[in-house]
Amino acid sequence: MSVLNSRMNTSTPALPDDGLQEFHRLHLKREKKQRLQVFSVQMALLLLFFAFWELAGRLKWIDVLLFSYPSKVFAQIGKDAISGELWQHLGITVGETVVGFVLGTLFGTLLAVLIWWSPFLSKVLDPYMVVFNSMPKVALGPIFIVMFGAGFLSITVTTLSITVIVTTLVVYNSFCEVDTNLIKVVRVFGGTRTQVFRKVILPASFPTIISTLKVNVGMAWVGVIVGEFLVAKSGLGYLIIYGFQVFNFTLVMSSLLIIAVVATGMYQLVVYAERKLLNHRR
Amino acid sequence: MEPVVELQHITHVYVSRREASLALDGLDLRVYPGEFVSLVGPSGCGKTTLLSIIAGLIKPTKGGVFVFGRKVEGTSPEVGYMLQQDYLFPWRTIFENASIGLELTGHLDDKHLAKTSSLLEEMGLEGVRNQYPQQLSGGMRQRVALVRTLSTDPGLMLLDEPFSALDYQTKLQLEDLISETLRERNKTAILVTHDLSEAAAVSDRIILLESHPGKIRRTFEVPEHIRLARPMLAREQSGFNELFHEIWREMESAGGKE
Repeated sequence: MSVLNSRMNTSTPALPDDGLQEFHRLHLKREKKQRLQVFSVQMALLLLFFAFWELAGRLKWIDVLLFSYPSKVFAQIGKDAISGELWQHLGITVGETVVGFVLGTLFGTLLAVLIWWSPFLSKVLDPYMVVFNSMPKVALGPIFIVMFGAGFLSITVTTLSITVIVTTLVVYNSFCEVDTNLIKVVRVFGGTRTQVFRKVILPASFPTIISTLKVNVGMAWVGVIVGEFLVAKSGLGYLIIYGFQVFNFTLVMSSLLIIAVVATGMYQLVVYAERKLLNHRR
Repeated sequence: MEPVVELQHITHVYVSRREASLALDGLDLRVYPGEFVSLVGPSGCGKTTLLSIIAGLIKPTKGGVFVFGRKVEGTSPEVGYMLQQDYLFPWRTIFENASIGLELTGHLDDKHLAKTSSLLEEMGLEGVRNQYPQQLSGGMRQRVALVRTLSTDPGLMLLDEPFSALDYQTKLQLEDLISETLRERNKTAILVTHDLSEAAAVSDRIILLESHPGKIRRTFEVPEHIRLARPMLAREQSGFNELFHEIWREMESAGGKE
């Protein structure tokens, strides 16, 4: 028995150290291979879609006047990019969107702080928030145009009307869901309500606030494009409406394509920022 | 001798929309300097309520609460409070967690920070001061919580079942550590626990409460040789089992089922 024991203790492990590393290397290799496969299929689908669209257009399977086709769309984008017209419209729309989602998150959070501070105010405002949250905010567009003029301001306000209340509701909710025991930790040291907010509520809700930023990027695009439909003389939303009115659907399609690319880029940027900011929490 | 804690006829009523219920009924209690007192009793006997009242977290419906001879009007850094779990802030490093009390009381200076550092060192946490709570084991985290509570040097420690969330081995180690630390510093402590053996091992005096409404049923003095032994060894002293069974029987006859 003792002989067996000592043999077991001194014997080499079933899997030597370099064997483990080999295992790990194989695992990484397999993962990489799968990533590559997924990416290839994704690219193939995209190419296939454009190829089919191009073919359908050129062979007149679809009405070119309405649906255009990729080479025309890319030519349009190239032309506008060289003439500089594209950058002007893109700049305005991106500017409005950034202002919309940053201010929307900021104001929404501030409002959440206010109603957290005063439970009375929170109870008073509750039904109004519910009504305003349920309303399709873009329906208020015409009112904003009358109030703020046909331009940048009313587009921003339309965007804010979409983002602010949702942000408030989500952030306020996360304020309320902070573990009361964490609050107790601050209170037992004689901490004030301000200290409870600064040391516990705000840092604990920080991930939620950042993630509303992510949601608000998408919402801001809705607000901005609708706003531009209604009033603008420039911007990508304006290009879409203009293209529609003069029946230049190549212009409409190229604007849509640019929106898809830029909106995705913006979203990824926020995701990246989120990862950087919340790095140590994982 | 001036008592550290003096409760004069404390009555507390909890009100909800459905009813008002009497949680504590005319309770008197005195705890003297350096004493380690445990509150035990069936659930619903108001032991945690009592602790919250002493801490100044809730105001009793009736009666006077005095800590260090002063009437309690709210929470104060003189009273340390340890919760059932560590409740460390996940966004702060261990050192930042340990020094939050200093931050809140406006004592974030070199002298106090150095003291917190040496406390961490004493608890064997020096190597993890820049790590985050989620990287630590449960026992280590509760040790950080102990440092956090001690950092403002409170004269009175309120312990609200601080060992209940730990595994058995860690629990025994931490009992030893806390009881030693508090004795060395001559702190007064009140422990709430549902574990009778723990109460008998760490305290000088055990107060058994009965429920509905909560009031003191009986007080047990722990014999000196058990009191002086470390909690781990106290369990092996002669008379320990007898004490345990005596408390147990009294609690059974009080109708408790914990």
